[in-house]
Amino acid sequence: MTVYLDIVASGVLTGLVYGLMALGLSVIFGVVRVVNFAHGELTVAAMYMAWVMAGSLGVDPILTLPLIAAALFAIGYALQRHLVEPFIGRPEHEQFMLLLAVSIIVLNGLLLVFGPDARHVAVDYAYDSFELGPMLLDTVRVYAAAAAMVLALGLYLFFRFTDLGTAIRACADNLLGAQVVGLDVRRLYALTFGLGCALVGASGTLMVLMRDATPILAVQLTLLAFIVVIIGGLGSMAGALVGGVLIGVSEALAGFLLMPSLKSLFSYGLLILVLLLRPEGLMGRRA
Amino acid sequence: MTYRLRSSRRALLQGAAAAGLAAGLPLGAARAQGPALKIGVILPRSGYLAQAGQSCQRGVDIAPQVLSDLGHRVEVVSVDFESNVDLARTQAEKLIADGANVLVGAFDSGGTSAIAQVCEQKAVPLVINVAAAPQITEQGFKYVFRNFPTSVMLVRNGLSLMKEMFKATNVTPKSGIFIHANDTFGQANRGAIDRLFPTLDMPFKLVDAIAYDPRAQDLSVEVTKCKASGADFVIVTTRAGDAIRLIREMVKQRYEPKGIVSPGSPGMYDQEFYDGLGGYSDYTITNLPWPNFNAPITKRLGEAFAKRFPQARFGVDAFNVGFTFEAMLVAADAAKRAGSRDSRAIAEALRSTDIADHVMTGGTISFDAKGQNNNIASATVQNLKKTPTVVLPREAAQAKPVFPMPGWRGRQA
Amino acid sequence: MTARNLLLGLLAVLIAAPAVIGAYPLAVLILVLHYAYLGIAWNVMMGFAGLLSLGHALYVGLGAYVAAALYASFGLPALLGAIPAAIVATLAGLGIGALGFRFRVNGVYFALLTIAFAEFTRILFDHMGWTGGSSGFFLPVEHGQLNPIALRGPPVLFYYVALVMTAGAFVLARSLMRSRLGYAWLAIREDPDSAAASGVDVFRARMAAVAVSSALTSLGGVFYAFYYNNMYPEQIFSMARSIEIILAPIIGGLGTLFGPVLGSFVLTLLGEGTTGLLEHFGWAAPGAKQVIYGLALLVIVMVQPAGLWPWLAKRLRIGRDG
Repeated sequence: MTVYLDIVASGVLTGLVYGLMALGLSVIFGVVRVVNFAHGELTVAAMYMAWVMAGSLGVDPILTLPLIAAALFAIGYALQRHLVEPFIGRPEHEQFMLLLAVSIIVLNGLLLVFGPDARHVAVDYAYDSFELGPMLLDTVRVYAAAAAMVLALGLYLFFRFTDLGTAIRACADNLLGAQVVGLDVRRLYALTFGLGCALVGASGTLMVLMRDATPILAVQLTLLAFIVVIIGGLGSMAGALVGGVLIGVSEALAGFLLMPSLKSLFSYGLLILVLLLRPEGLMGRRA
Repeated sequence: MTYRLRSSRRALLQGAAAAGLAAGLPLGAARAQGPALKIGVILPRSGYLAQAGQSCQRGVDIAPQVLSDLGHRVEVVSVDFESNVDLARTQAEKLIADGANVLVGAFDSGGTSAIAQVCEQKAVPLVINVAAAPQITEQGFKYVFRNFPTSVMLVRNGLSLMKEMFKATNVTPKSGIFIHANDTFGQANRGAIDRLFPTLDMPFKLVDAIAYDPRAQDLSVEVTKCKASGADFVIVTTRAGDAIRLIREMVKQRYEPKGIVSPGSPGMYDQEFYDGLGGYSDYTITNLPWPNFNAPITKRLGEAFAKRFPQARFGVDAFNVGFTFEAMLVAADAAKRAGSRDSRAIAEALRSTDIADHVMTGGTISFDAKGQNNNIASATVQNLKKTPTVVLPREAAQAKPVFPMPGWRGRQA
Repeated sequence: MTARNLLLGLLAVLIAAPAVIGAYPLAVLILVLHYAYLGIAWNVMMGFAGLLSLGHALYVGLGAYVAAALYASFGLPALLGAIPAAIVATLAGLGIGALGFRFRVNGVYFALLTIAFAEFTRILFDHMGWTGGSSGFFLPVEHGQLNPIALRGPPVLFYYVALVMTAGAFVLARSLMRSRLGYAWLAIREDPDSAAASGVDVFRARMAAVAVSSALTSLGGVFYAFYYNNMYPEQIFSMARSIEIILAPIIGGLGTLFGPVLGSFVLTLLGEGTTGLLEHFGWAAPGAKQVIYGLALLVIVMVQPAGLWPWLAKRLRIGRDG
């Protein structure tokens, strides 16, 4: 029986990490309505930043998190202002092409600079586990899961209780209305894109504690983040976490009871069901 | 990258002077008359196989010089097929159109098969450096030569070396579990294990076989499943970075089998494995063909490698570098015996290849009617002090096997 | 210059090409035609009916596996195997379409649905023992045979087959575009609601687009299977292939007839040309080519988001039906 506890606990932790990876996508997709196909590439870029900084400064990557988030914010802001902005309101396939081109450039740029070998950041708690009764909980994943919840909560508070957050939400809910009341939508979109990328920076920094940075990781991250966001519900921070946990637990159970190589079959099955039956996602509001 | 200029200059100037002195070969040999043999090399240096492709490429980069010391004059043209089968095919056409007399490649079975089509059409021999899918030499190609074991050969040798290790250390596990990446190579290994395990009279029983997705974000369930099976011996077939995640997860879940052994997969002897795991990389074992470090030609290859790539370790790249170099050696040797750079003549000469002095473990290099070299032997390579070390067979051993492996506690990442 | 003259001129050049060019340009041209063909097939769904599919690798894979398995097991020649291959792929397409349209999955969501089905199928094939699973499916290699019915022969055969397929798909797309159905698609693409209001059966018209597109795409898969003689689920069903399929028509010009062909020429030659140039200058570090390729895509999509063909057509003074 304890083995099932272990499985579910690790599924929940993994799921929260999935949620963490998807937060940035959820914010951008939910507000700017742009399919950020370079999501995984930006995450991996953040991982490399964390690796470089941990190596050169010799500090725990978690300490560099604010710096990396700030850097990614700037990148995201600039990306929206200079590349994405003209594509707002354009057909989806044009936005898709634009971000696909960005992703190709980032991914191969990383390959060019860092090479294909996986890069690893060593921290002294990398192999520690918390003991909870008979269960072993991976320390790093517990940290990342906690960070996911803190970030999600922070975002929730930001969107609910600050003027800026409310304004951004207004753009997401009713673009025309937002323009009518005189909100500077272009600036708000750029800020949102920046915010989403800052989250990508944060998640990349934490990710590097769990996974070694390597360029090809990006493609998987993008797809996974999309699954999580769609299942959880667009623009819903809690939804990203719930979607992540749902996938994490179902993958863990499917992996244990059936065959681990079938894990992602279940995520895609879940995605198909949600798309058909509840396209706004589990925690999303009906449009 | 084009190595045309650089490699030929290297061969003429440096080659004769520097490394050539080491073995006292006739210096003039490299200056034979006529144009050099043109070898086209295709490897996946970008895309998802980039890590392995670039490792193999290091073997290509040092080959012209070492071959020149051995009296073979070659000119190398290298291309990257970006881990994309479509490109493998057009790049092969391009190399042949550019006058390559023989092709070498391509690390990956899919790319290799695509290139083989072209070589067959053009009657240009393809010497495979690395690619284990058994079907490649069963498809009926006449111009494909594989100096690399099939997955069946790898598993057979790998399993018998396990028995040898149990004998040598007087320790035999009770039950084993097989966990493999569900990719081309992993599934081929699975098939071979299913077929061979019952026939080889193995001293332990195999309780389960687990397939996992090598791209999965984490492998915790996989390890939980191994642990729950109660197996005290783990056979793994990994792809690359997933090996790091697998071991890391075993450490975290405090799963301590007597041994972790791969029957010849990549992953546990890559530099990133040592960087990523530190001391936890130690004592894991891969049973695979490995360079015979006692052979003079291997020493020479190692020297050239150290000179060209001071920041890399020959002992780590040895497998990819060794096989890639050997493929080029096989091609050069055939051209020399054929006395011609004509592709068909080289193909004929390849059929009667008989090279005794070569880099990797095993008997002489020769090919059967299907173009397969069946004389490749495996060694037990154990990670000791973050270095792949040959521990079996005894005659090639650099150290004694450590089995059962010590627990995780007290090790340093 | 008229579109017709341009077309006939291009066709004449392509028919004559093998006589004058070498094996390598021929291989590149085969790739150009293959992706032009797949681009036309995809364009029927996206360019004509406005249905964004990011999972077309699914139909390539199904077509390839069905025809290859029938050939390997029963010796069924490729030309006959193409029929069941197209049927299987069409049924798959219709199934996905029916689900998607009935449940009103639109836009990006529809695209994600197609990705999900393609990936789902990839994983299934990875586990399907009788087609070799992830260790791949291989066709025997024939020697010196020339059998166009079975698609066994030298590259020149494949070149002409690809040319016939592309020309055929082009003609089909052209007649569809000008048919009643074509106008219905156009109406749906611009505004599904008003199309429905003016009496267009949106569901049926969309299903027709999916059927045509998936059937055509699967024939591209049959070509792939017999050209490469081996297939792995990880490669043939891959997301990367789906993306590659849509690049040519988008870059060339969505919803145009020439777009996919032009796009495929431009992109393939861009890729090969960049490789060649980088090699020439000795800058060919792994990844450099793709960075340049990505930059080129970026520039094209920013400067000509509607694609290259509409721009070129204007320059050449060719009417909009091109």
